[in-house]
Amino acid sequence: MPKITYIEFDGTEHLVDVPVGRSVMQGAFDNNIPGIDADCGGECACATCHVYVDPAWFEMVGSVPAESTEASMLSFAAVTEPNSRLACQIPVTRELDGLVVRMPEDQH
Amino acid sequence: MNAPRTETGLGGERGVATIPLEEIDVSDPRLYQEDVYFPYFERLRREAPVHYRKDGMYGSFWSVTKFKDIMQVETHPEIYSSEAKLGGISITDRPMAYRRPSFISTDPPRHDEQRKVVSPIVGPGNLKNMAGIIRERTARVLDGLPRNEPFDWVSQVSIELTTLMLATLFDFPLEDRHKLTYWSDCATADVNAGGVVDSEQKRLEILSEALEAFTGLWHERKNAEPGYDLISMLAHGEATKDLVDNPSEFLGNLTLLIVGGNDTTRNSMSGGLWALASHPGEYRKLRENPGLVPSLVPEIVRWVSPIIHMRRTCIQDSELGGQTIRKGDKVVMWYVSGNRDEESVERPDEFLIDRKRPRHHMSFGFGVHRCVGNRLAELQLQILWEEILARYPVIEVLDAPERIYSNFIHGIRSLPVEIPT
Repeated sequence: MPKITYIEFDGTEHLVDVPVGRSVMQGAFDNNIPGIDADCGGECACATCHVYVDPAWFEMVGSVPAESTEASMLSFAAVTEPNSRLACQIPVTRELDGLVVRMPEDQH
Repeated sequence: MNAPRTETGLGGERGVATIPLEEIDVSDPRLYQEDVYFPYFERLRREAPVHYRKDGMYGSFWSVTKFKDIMQVETHPEIYSSEAKLGGISITDRPMAYRRPSFISTDPPRHDEQRKVVSPIVGPGNLKNMAGIIRERTARVLDGLPRNEPFDWVSQVSIELTTLMLATLFDFPLEDRHKLTYWSDCATADVNAGGVVDSEQKRLEILSEALEAFTGLWHERKNAEPGYDLISMLAHGEATKDLVDNPSEFLGNLTLLIVGGNDTTRNSMSGGLWALASHPGEYRKLRENPGLVPSLVPEIVRWVSPIIHMRRTCIQDSELGGQTIRKGDKVVMWYVSGNRDEESVERPDEFLIDRKRPRHHMSFGFGVHRCVGNRLAELQLQILWEEILARYPVIEVLDAPERIYSNFIHGIRSLPVEIPT
């Protein structure tokens, strides 16, 4: 099963198994990892599952698709970077085994 | 729990079951004032989740009653428009001359540009800056409350705290802050509620006082260094710096910001206390474990549902919940119903302060228009309950709340309480 590392803003790391097909957001939720709020439950409708994809993984994950709902919602999140994504829009695949994401200081 | 009061003649549980579906009109403000709307939405969610009412009290409209369908509407602004000129975001179709644009009643991309100008004031950085002053004021207000005598929680606590917050956000003279409450209430009043605002013309006359006051502040702030209050942000923001030249749009955005942060939070402060008082098991759970405040707060917002509905106008034919919505149709998302949808919320008719996903509710909306101040609202409620729990063993509510006549604002006018020593 793919292993994902979630790093909280204060540096606390969580390494968890996330089944293929779950989203990166769901992986955090299933494992009670703080720092991803996911108020809308994964509908790309609240921007509170904002994460920074580790630079080593960014090409594999891909940047936010241009002119997508995700891009629109992400633009409202605080402190976005080029490697920002909404975790509910990143499906976990075998290729993402070892993925590292960092949580922002706050979700808004 | 939520037993409808049959003496109001609004149907009660048995009546609701026998009314022909097409005659159900959930736009009747009395349903919300009398707190008897629940069985109507239960029936609609079951039998007609996307329901058309022709020629109701507030015109012809589609009711969207299920959480998932509301989410669908919220996330497709290209199908369901918020534009003021099409009718805006409430069920009432105001005469054209009285429609005032603001970013809530604007679609992307213009919406996005305007929202981004003001969102930093309620962003994470600024919330940290404001937490101290919010706590200071909350402490002062709570310490000044009478003990062992009845008083009105709404005026002494809910209005007092939210008005102070509003004055801070606008950097409005504190001694005139009562005007913000007055203008906010006038902005949202139903013209048939029997209050001061009995026509759109009257509403505009009263709000023109607000326009004058804020125009004055605009010019002051424009000529000064950019500050961190909403007026300064608007005056210096790239997308909004000419707002003052369009008085209708300026007033529209002002009322949005005054209302958005005002009676919604106020009603959560009042409604939350009522919810705890009417669920003594949960209130006890809270007192025994004040660590539950972070999940208490969103549950209060869900339970209270401070905004009863939000409206859209369909701009391209589409399917929703098995129905065909046509271009031009009015579409009403009933947040009060989405919040009780058992397919999306577990045990929705129970007030539970320790839910696993307490923020999974409709009260702030979703999508690009999701309440920009939602975390500030939660912060105020969080601090309020932390400070209450630190001071008072229990607050006794002496009678049920008196509610306002409205199908838009789920307002509580008064809530008599007493704090024993």
